[in-house]
Amino acid sequence: MSGRIVKKPLRKRILIFLAHALLALLAIIWLVPIFWVLLTSFRGTKGSYSSTFFPTSYSFDNYIKLFTDFSVFNFPQMLLNTLIVAVATCVLSTFFVVSVAYTLSRLRFRARKKLMNFAMIIHLFPGFMSMIANYYIFKMLGWTDGPMLRLAMIAVYSGGAGVGYHIAKGFFDTIPISLDEAAMLDGSTRWQVLRHIIMPLSKPIIVYTLLTSFAGPFKDFMLAKVLCGPNKDYYTVAVGMYQMLEREYLDQWFCSFAAAAVIISIPIAALFLATQKYYSVSVSGSVKG
Amino acid sequence: MSKEKKLRSENDISVWYALKNGSFMVTLSAVICGWGCLIRKQFVKGALYLAAEVGIILYMINSGAFHLSKLVTLGDVKPEKVWNEAKSIFEYTDGDRSLPILLYGIITVAVLLAVVLLMCLSVKSAYKAEVACKKGGKAKTIVEDVRDLFDKRLHVTLLSLPILGVLMFTILPLLFMMSMAFTNYSVLDMKLVQFDWVGLDNFRRLFNMDTGLGQTFWSVLRWTIVWALLATFSNYFLGMLLSLFINWKEIKAKKFWRFCFVLTIAVPHFVTLLIIRQMLQPNGAVNVLLQNLGWISSPLPFFTDKWWARITVVIVNIWVGVPYVLLQITGILQNIPQDLYESARVDGAGPFVTFRKITLPYMLFVTTPYLITSFTGNINNFNVIFLTSGGLPRAVESTAGETDLLITWLYKLTIDNQFYDVGAVIGIMTFLTLSVVSLLTFRYSGSYKNEEGFR
Repeated sequence: MSGRIVKKPLRKRILIFLAHALLALLAIIWLVPIFWVLLTSFRGTKGSYSSTFFPTSYSFDNYIKLFTDFSVFNFPQMLLNTLIVAVATCVLSTFFVVSVAYTLSRLRFRARKKLMNFAMIIHLFPGFMSMIANYYIFKMLGWTDGPMLRLAMIAVYSGGAGVGYHIAKGFFDTIPISLDEAAMLDGSTRWQVLRHIIMPLSKPIIVYTLLTSFAGPFKDFMLAKVLCGPNKDYYTVAVGMYQMLEREYLDQWFCSFAAAAVIISIPIAALFLATQKYYSVSVSGSVKG
Repeated sequence: MSKEKKLRSENDISVWYALKNGSFMVTLSAVICGWGCLIRKQFVKGALYLAAEVGIILYMINSGAFHLSKLVTLGDVKPEKVWNEAKSIFEYTDGDRSLPILLYGIITVAVLLAVVLLMCLSVKSAYKAEVACKKGGKAKTIVEDVRDLFDKRLHVTLLSLPILGVLMFTILPLLFMMSMAFTNYSVLDMKLVQFDWVGLDNFRRLFNMDTGLGQTFWSVLRWTIVWALLATFSNYFLGMLLSLFINWKEIKAKKFWRFCFVLTIAVPHFVTLLIIRQMLQPNGAVNVLLQNLGWISSPLPFFTDKWWARITVVIVNIWVGVPYVLLQITGILQNIPQDLYESARVDGAGPFVTFRKITLPYMLFVTTPYLITSFTGNINNFNVIFLTSGGLPRAVESTAGETDLLITWLYKLTIDNQFYDVGAVIGIMTFLTLSVVSLLTFRYSGSYKNEEGFR
């Protein structure tokens, strides 16, 4: 196929050029707000509003402030808190999600359809509804202050993760069942099939689940805010950053908010870059015929 | 299908079947959990059953019975003023607090259900052990049982922890909140410490169209459904279009383009949403830019005009959601069996035919569950609404704004105004709306009827 080089007609080349131009335009639209955050994080002038799109002066002050000025917000501490919670959450949730998705996709047992319908029903409730109730439960257990607060957050973020199995199951459903059957004919147990055949083929979906659940504690602030209350020592980045936009801090901290946004986006973006290759892994070639 | 049946007969027997065909020892296992296992020399298993039963009985004697009795009235001991002689002051004794009573009561009911489950499991185990012994062999040893957990009963191993997590951190809290809908737990009439069961009163208040509450409910419900449809389908089709566009073989640097869009996912949503809100303010970046260019003379009413605000949140949601769809659909597109395309090409099918006959059906097949979760996710899309428009614009006399969804209204009612009872009712109504729509779609979707269609 690739050996055949045919010169493309002019009309087609124009079409291809236009397609790239359109893609570039779309990419710009998507990247403008992020670019603006980046600009704001380096802005020399204070305040939440700026009369020009590009800043008039640039400086590193907003970043330095985050790591030196602990009078109101202790940013390094927040970063650490979030990291601890996020790592534990993504490992636990991925374990939950992959277990449930694999089980419902590959194994057949009596309560299977019932469980799927049930999970479906649970998914329909607003997640926010259980939040207040969760807070009372943890208050009863005495987990709402001190280091146990972290455990409470991890529990809430990952506890119900198993319900969100649909995407992963959709993936498992597309892996040919003949692989399992062949392995079981050769005497593998179902656990071995999962461990040695399905897992290696499922890297894309595992990475996807890891990524989305790792980002969870960075994104969510409602729940962390309700759980933390006034315990500033255990604030996650999201709660702290949300506070930076409160009316009394907005003017002083808005540019540092942008700087914090840049800082927490870098690890997640890097993680994504490192794992992006899994998205292009195709399993379609694993069974021939 | 036949294989499925065979597996079933080996593994799963119903409790009734076990009770009917088992000996007296099996029946006795329902009362003394683990008995049937112990007499068949399955000591570890039997001891575990027995320990669980004893533990639950001790809990019920210690505190369970007390909590159940309180649940009926939700507490009726009023706080009292008592004269303290020693200090010569009035002191207040603690009255009953309804909220903990409700919570402990629900936990106790759950424990009672656990007893029933334990009995069923015990009876089944006893019956299996008995059958194994009658056949002349021995009941399974603990080693064999554990080995089974990684093969024939792998589903039990894999599901137990996730299910436990869901029970504790999703279902228990949900039941707790739902039960509030039938009480008068609200800031009205000072019912925050002690409240009572009121039956369906709250539902009646919400459905009464003559009150402000009823009218607000219907208008918020209408917008919620319109929003969910718009948000879901705009994201899905634009995301699929973009994904196919980037996948087109003539496009160079596919990874770079994907990265550009997916970069927006790397930045936490609440950051980008708050930033977008700042940009769309009357003196924010967008208005400033447009005014400097001389295209507009006064700021655009992004969050002050009803329809401007509604269209703005839909567009913001497209901005937020399309990269997600792209990320996910790309993976699935790559999973389409390539031989389908190869044979289509051999048969002389063009790109549009292959899209219509292969790509689209396959995508719809694999992503129907995704579409439904995305629809429900959008009905419950708290972030996009709360962080961009905050429900604005809002009429002064109403508790909900023009872009408020049921979920953000629920937040305002409970957190801002402490109307927990009405809030819980709205939570339940949200759930009912969702369940009707999605169960219907799910039932009739291809991937539910025929999961293995593409294998």
